[in-house]
Amino acid sequence: MVEELGSNTEGDLIINVGPQHPATHGVLHLVITLNGETIKKVEPHLGYIHRSIEKMCESLTYRQFIYVTSRMDYLSSHINNHACALIVEKGMQIEVPPRAQVIRVLMDELTRIASHELWWGAMAMDLGAFTPFFHAFREREAINEIMEETCGARLTMNYMVPGGVLEDLHPDFQRKVKEFITLYKRKIAEYDDMVTGNIIFQNRMKGVGVISAADAISYGCSGPTLRGCGVSCDIRKIYPYELYDKIEFDEVLETAGDSFARYMVRIREMNQSIRIIEQLIDNIPEGDVQAKTKAVLKLPKGEFYQRVETARGEFGIFIVSEGGTNPYRIKFRSPGFSNLSALDHMARGSKIGDLVAMMGTLDLVIPDIDR
Amino acid sequence: MNNEELKTAITTLLPTGVFEEGGDWLNVLLEPSDWLPFALQLRHQEAHYFDYMFCLTCIDWKTHLTMVYHLSSTKYRHNLVVKANLDKAKPDIETVSHIWRTAEFHEREVYEMFGVNFVHHPDLRLLILPDGWEGKNPLRKDFDDPVNMIKL
Amino acid sequence: MWSFSNIADTLHTWLHNTFNATLAKFVEMVLVGVCVISLFAVLGLVLVMMERKVSAWMQIRLGPNRVGPKGMMQSMADTLKLLVKESMTPDGADKFLFNLAPYIAMMVAMLLMAPIAFARNFMMWNLNIGVLYVSAISSVSVISILMAGWASNNKYSLLGAMRSGAQIVSYELSAGLAILSIVVLTGTLNMNEIVLSQADGWWIFKGHIPVIISFIIFIIAVTAETNRAPFDLAEAESELTAGFHTEYSGMKFALFFLAEYVNVFIVCAIGATLFLGGWMPFHIGHWDGFNRIMDLIPSSLWFFGKTFFLIFLIMWFRWTFPRLRIDQLLNLEWKYLLPIGMFNLLLVTAMAILGWYF
Repeated sequence: MVEELGSNTEGDLIINVGPQHPATHGVLHLVITLNGETIKKVEPHLGYIHRSIEKMCESLTYRQFIYVTSRMDYLSSHINNHACALIVEKGMQIEVPPRAQVIRVLMDELTRIASHELWWGAMAMDLGAFTPFFHAFREREAINEIMEETCGARLTMNYMVPGGVLEDLHPDFQRKVKEFITLYKRKIAEYDDMVTGNIIFQNRMKGVGVISAADAISYGCSGPTLRGCGVSCDIRKIYPYELYDKIEFDEVLETAGDSFARYMVRIREMNQSIRIIEQLIDNIPEGDVQAKTKAVLKLPKGEFYQRVETARGEFGIFIVSEGGTNPYRIKFRSPGFSNLSALDHMARGSKIGDLVAMMGTLDLVIPDIDR
Repeated sequence: MNNEELKTAITTLLPTGVFEEGGDWLNVLLEPSDWLPFALQLRHQEAHYFDYMFCLTCIDWKTHLTMVYHLSSTKYRHNLVVKANLDKAKPDIETVSHIWRTAEFHEREVYEMFGVNFVHHPDLRLLILPDGWEGKNPLRKDFDDPVNMIKL
Repeated sequence: MWSFSNIADTLHTWLHNTFNATLAKFVEMVLVGVCVISLFAVLGLVLVMMERKVSAWMQIRLGPNRVGPKGMMQSMADTLKLLVKESMTPDGADKFLFNLAPYIAMMVAMLLMAPIAFARNFMMWNLNIGVLYVSAISSVSVISILMAGWASNNKYSLLGAMRSGAQIVSYELSAGLAILSIVVLTGTLNMNEIVLSQADGWWIFKGHIPVIISFIIFIIAVTAETNRAPFDLAEAESELTAGFHTEYSGMKFALFFLAEYVNVFIVCAIGATLFLGGWMPFHIGHWDGFNRIMDLIPSSLWFFGKTFFLIFLIMWFRWTFPRLRIDQLLNLEWKYLLPIGMFNLLLVTAMAILGWYF
């Protein structure tokens, strides 16, 4: 009977987690080798949602390919779009009007909060607490409404275009964002009461999925995963783009390198995003929202690389241009792909329950990994 | 180190390296056989300390393939782009997955998408593509799928 | 007075006057059986509805509100859906055990109803070893879970069943010790006598700190024993999809589901009986006036009120806490609850001997 149950000769249990599994939040497929409850090996099998965006982009123009990138990391599509806009602007030396710059940063930070909200709820759900999920969605809904009014979409905004943003802000934007800030400040204490301070939750997170700073760097982790190890890696601080060198905010660092550190980084990052929004919301300069650009965009011959800090980490676009209207080769460096590669290293020797906590705090978005 | 200093430092490390101008970062083109010893020096020499590989990809130039490694240092914050031209008929290059662990997944991706053979890679299998796609390299320019590819 | 015991007595007298003793006994048995089954069904519907409403309330949602008045018929509709669904049996499964398991789960839940005192002088079986019977029968439920997990021929199910086995076997100790502390104080195993012993105050007040500790241990242990969050490792849907009942569908799944809710009801009823006085109204020592006013509220209301309060408590846990990990779960039992429970039993025994309770 034991053999029939799919064990191999050493008595290990091999389990397929995914592609349809409640904890993988998408079509991630992990093949787990178990010894009892202890994980011996985690092997990710990707590609269930691979759409070959890189190949697709080779036949799209520089205006078109932005819309595809919204579909990669759909939780921070604004920031992906931002990277695309930046790389085209860098290649063609387009000056972005100051109003558009402020709008872009505001949108980025709102997206970051929305993404972290969703992560917070989903991660709590992975650990077996359902209620936080709904509470997180309440705040996220407020952001989505703001987005919907200005961008016309709630998830794949496609609001950033080379040279600025697509349309001007909705007249209610400032008022709604301020309302959101008040709401958020009132509710964030609730988050701490409900999840952060919970003793079961802390026991589930502390000392789980520990990765050392050197290993995290070697695995190419970025974003909260690397900052949870105490390595400064916020692209907004190190290689500032847009307005980030003129705004006051702190890079959030934790040193433990475990799931709880990654959790705390994200929670504290939301507060920093609120801080950025507060600085900018009353100081949106008047003027154009889009620079005058040529109808047909052509990047000069050469190679371009642009990286931005998404909610999950460092997102990079590498474009090889032959001087035409399409990129010759485009490569997206997605944060989730590298973060996922560290999962095996983190998970070995821990329990199945811990794997869920690790995946939760790595904040995996599968379309971002598969592209 | 800024680009100029990096250039001098790398010239001493790798006299055969060819520097390309343009772009934000220093680009160095090398022979595939020089890559592994060069990578080890880049990673482990205290003056360079390129410990963070943030991008690894390949370009199909129709005549040849070019491997592109984007390296960065979390200590000095300098960046370097290393390139190596590979023969399209026999695209072999040494793996660096033991130096930068992130390369393991990225190399597997490049292996299936471009058919580059990473010598001594611990686990060179398909990562994203399903079984049966061995040998077909969808991101190469000459790849054609009449059914699923829509020409614009 | 219009009460359960009056109805039962009237019926009993009428049956005995109409038929001979054997037939009357037989008819009574059938009636009891029908009552248990209908109570079972009604409890399932009510508790599922309650769970959904409680969770909706905690999660700033409305909950079901379409079927029937205020959505009250939703669980009815769900049951109907589950009834007409196909009950699949996987190919590789051990068919006999696979199909047997849900019935064992349900049978255990039904058997457990026997010694519970629902109202004054109203119980199915005035069993002199009621408490012992309950702890003995409830152990059988682990067999149904192990059976289901093993027979499903699914690794998730097997892991879930193994977890459940370890969990129920461990937590039964604590629950047993907590129950024992009341047995020590009352000196009886009979549920009805335990309730009667609380006529001058419930044990949770009379027994002060040691009994409160027992009560807390009991609530934690029974939450674990019924596989409810935060101890729902046997199901753990984010880890094991659905644990031991991954492969079950249709009515067989519904039976597991039903058994879980009825088990929750039963453990809460036992908790209410032991610690909160069962059907005994809220009495304070010798304040006869006050006690008489309290007696005006029917005893069945007291019983169901207390039970549903405890059920609400358990539901509250479920929708608030994250799940424990398997090693933390066992640590909690063997390193904390069990030693505390043992020491507490010692304390209660000393208290009972010295008469240091109210």
